[in-house]
Amino acid sequence: MIKFARFIEIFNNHIFKNMSKDIRIKKGLDLKLKGEAANKTADVTRSKVYAVNPSDFHGVTPKMVVKEGDNVKAGEVIFYSKSDEKVKFVAPVSGKIQEIKRGEKRVILEVLIAADSQDVFVEHSIKNPNDLSTEEVKEHLLTSGCWPFINQRPYDVIANSADSPKAIFVSGINSAPLAPDLNFTLDTKKEFLKVGFEALAKLTQGKVHLTTRSDANFLPQTDSIVFHKGDGVHPVGLVSTQIAKIDPINKGEKIWTVKIEDVAIIGELFSSGKLNLQRTVALTGTGFQTPLYVKVISGAQIADVVSSNIKDGNYRIISGDVLTGDKKQKEHFLGHYHNQVTVIPEGDDYDFFGWNLPRPNKFSIYRAGMFSFLTPNKKYDLNTNTNGEHRGFVLTGKYEKVFPLDIYPMELLKSILVKDIDQMEALGIYEVAPEDFALTEYVDVSKQDHQLIIRSGLDMMIKEVG
Amino acid sequence: MGLKQNLHKLKGKYKGTKMEQTFNALHTFLYMPNITTHSGAHVRDAADLKRVMNTVIMSLIPALIFGMFNAGYQHFGQINGFPQESFTFLSTNFWNLDNLLVGATKILPLLIVSYGVGLGVEFIFATIKKHEVEEGYLVTGMLVPLIMPIDLPLWMLAVAVVFGVIIGKELFGGTGMNVLNPALTIRAFLFFNWAAWMSGDKVWVHGAKDGIMNAAGTDAISGETILGTLAANKPLLHSAQDMFFGFIPGSVGETSTFMILVGAAFLVFSGIGSARIMISSVIGAVVMGLIFNGLVDSGVIVEGSKFYGLMNFPFWQHLLVGGIAFGIVFMATDPVSASQTATGKIIYGFFIGFFSILIRVFNPAYPEGVMMAILLMNVFAPTIDHYVVQANIKRRMKRLKVKTL
Repeated sequence: MIKFARFIEIFNNHIFKNMSKDIRIKKGLDLKLKGEAANKTADVTRSKVYAVNPSDFHGVTPKMVVKEGDNVKAGEVIFYSKSDEKVKFVAPVSGKIQEIKRGEKRVILEVLIAADSQDVFVEHSIKNPNDLSTEEVKEHLLTSGCWPFINQRPYDVIANSADSPKAIFVSGINSAPLAPDLNFTLDTKKEFLKVGFEALAKLTQGKVHLTTRSDANFLPQTDSIVFHKGDGVHPVGLVSTQIAKIDPINKGEKIWTVKIEDVAIIGELFSSGKLNLQRTVALTGTGFQTPLYVKVISGAQIADVVSSNIKDGNYRIISGDVLTGDKKQKEHFLGHYHNQVTVIPEGDDYDFFGWNLPRPNKFSIYRAGMFSFLTPNKKYDLNTNTNGEHRGFVLTGKYEKVFPLDIYPMELLKSILVKDIDQMEALGIYEVAPEDFALTEYVDVSKQDHQLIIRSGLDMMIKEVG
Repeated sequence: MGLKQNLHKLKGKYKGTKMEQTFNALHTFLYMPNITTHSGAHVRDAADLKRVMNTVIMSLIPALIFGMFNAGYQHFGQINGFPQESFTFLSTNFWNLDNLLVGATKILPLLIVSYGVGLGVEFIFATIKKHEVEEGYLVTGMLVPLIMPIDLPLWMLAVAVVFGVIIGKELFGGTGMNVLNPALTIRAFLFFNWAAWMSGDKVWVHGAKDGIMNAAGTDAISGETILGTLAANKPLLHSAQDMFFGFIPGSVGETSTFMILVGAAFLVFSGIGSARIMISSVIGAVVMGLIFNGLVDSGVIVEGSKFYGLMNFPFWQHLLVGGIAFGIVFMATDPVSASQTATGKIIYGFFIGFFSILIRVFNPAYPEGVMMAILLMNVFAPTIDHYVVQANIKRRMKRLKVKTL
């Protein structure tokens, strides 16, 4: 009887009160790559130097509050955003500001911190978000340096702290190629997730939506969120896809999004009073001897993250996944939002008659002299070659096959290329982020850089419309 | 590999010179270039535009080979009489060296001129405008000889190709920017300048223009096409089977519906050709054909009317004769000049089929409509897309209004 009552309660909660939805994505593509991380964690040495890289935060112009030589604690503010002074950015570790690297026109490229051997944290008071008001939660997130975890749609930039979004979306699905297994990385974070979601729930009048696979084992027990089930191929794990299927964004509306790993960090801040930026990072791709997970602090030097696990040879290091990540060198640093480092072979070599001979080691969605369709479950070791030269848009109807949103992708891209603001708006630019165009970019035979085009379109909109 | 390294060095040497574009075109023909991604999607699909174009060319090979044999078959058949009994698709009366020789000596020069002149223009434009030599012409160059009458003088073809590539494509900005299908632009140019070489009953079989006499002292070769025969309300000499397999006079590559279907299957399977356009074009043609058949059946058009022959022609046989099958499969599907949206493709295809039959029936002077139908719909394709996209925009606006209410 108790079970039955519980069932009714869940039924009511999900169907009537919270309108849970099942999402099934057929238009998309799961790129099957070799080098999936094994579910075990290896130890890596602590980096001597950590960095905060302002270019990780798109559109933010940093205003420094520390200078070279200053000592900082882990979680201490090192700069804030020029356009929104409340948005602070903090040191991931305690140590000494070693260098503020500047580029042309004194743009700040990197803030390097020589790390202490042991972190001393900025101590915040332990708080229960349920006892706080919206303003208090906001204040806590802003001063502690958690705010940059909150991104907004439209424009895919850090959320404006003055807004009240119509909903908050968190994706509990990593569907990108070789992406970290959330069931593994979030296994121990259930309690932090619960608190994190309760904090997020304070930020919106609307709902906090969490979409997961049906086998997710990290679901927090809380009434503050609406659960949805997602099924199907990438990009089912991208928030834009989930927003479009659950509560589409319209002109003038704001939706906030947070990565689920970062919800756990927010939860830990409230529960422990410390901003712990340690992440479980998946080392993936064929460039690693043993692809697995490591625990590192955000901003760690890549050389220390990949350590001796990386193979010698001509490899590309990517902070993030192969579809959306950033190209890095060993002396660079892990991206602020990244939970994955992928290493794949560079493709800077010529390929004899590569444009007409069948190439069994490459994957193609086309059956044009390519036979990868015969082996749908084969895993590939793809390299970074573009497999062709840049051309004008020619082939049509192909992007739509990997693009689940109700938007005409090619028309939107073209409207951005001709800088037609009205058309961009009409065609749905408010609903997209660059990552949504990673698959159309992948399948494009004209080898255009869709994500860069979309980013430039979004920046144009920020400038013209705001 | 010595060649690879040497070419790589040469590439550096030619960079910035006038030879750069020409060298790169040849280099990228031999080797897929060493370009890598720099951001965003770090891996890319194995297919590029060259591979896509190559696939289209391969899909045209069956029609080309059949066209060569058919050229000889029609030529000798007109002079010596066609084999009558038990003629099947694989008959050696068709697939023999004599037939191939006639075809090859007439068609290969067309192919060479088409590619030579067309690619020449492309290379010159690429050098002047300092962009890569793009692949678009690889398909156009193959299509052009296949839609020509076999005896077309080579100089005419050369002039038309220069016109078609410059006016039809380069002035619009090159590959991907043209409004009209370049191959059909070339054909239309020829048709309006030298109609006598592009239509009538003297151009479709090799030797018809030369006026070879037979024993009776009349023209041995009458190169009339089926559509010409129907337009003249004369009785047909070919069976539906002949029409389907293509043992009939016509432009070089257009006659064999069977070989075109082989190409179509290959295109659709490879994911390059749009099955949407092909199917909706066929539906459009069938609808128009049925309307005309109905007009005859209901007695509106009676025997003696000048439209009787074509209107009475069974609707499904309309698809087997003339250039309609070739046009639908290889020209209407050209992604650059066709509609680009899924719904747009259906509308665009339907009207191509519909107008093809309409023009074919009502224009007895030139009883082939597919060229005009495709060019017409090329012009309207952006308009169709505009309205399809507008529907998407309205849907988005409506969602906004529902919200704000």
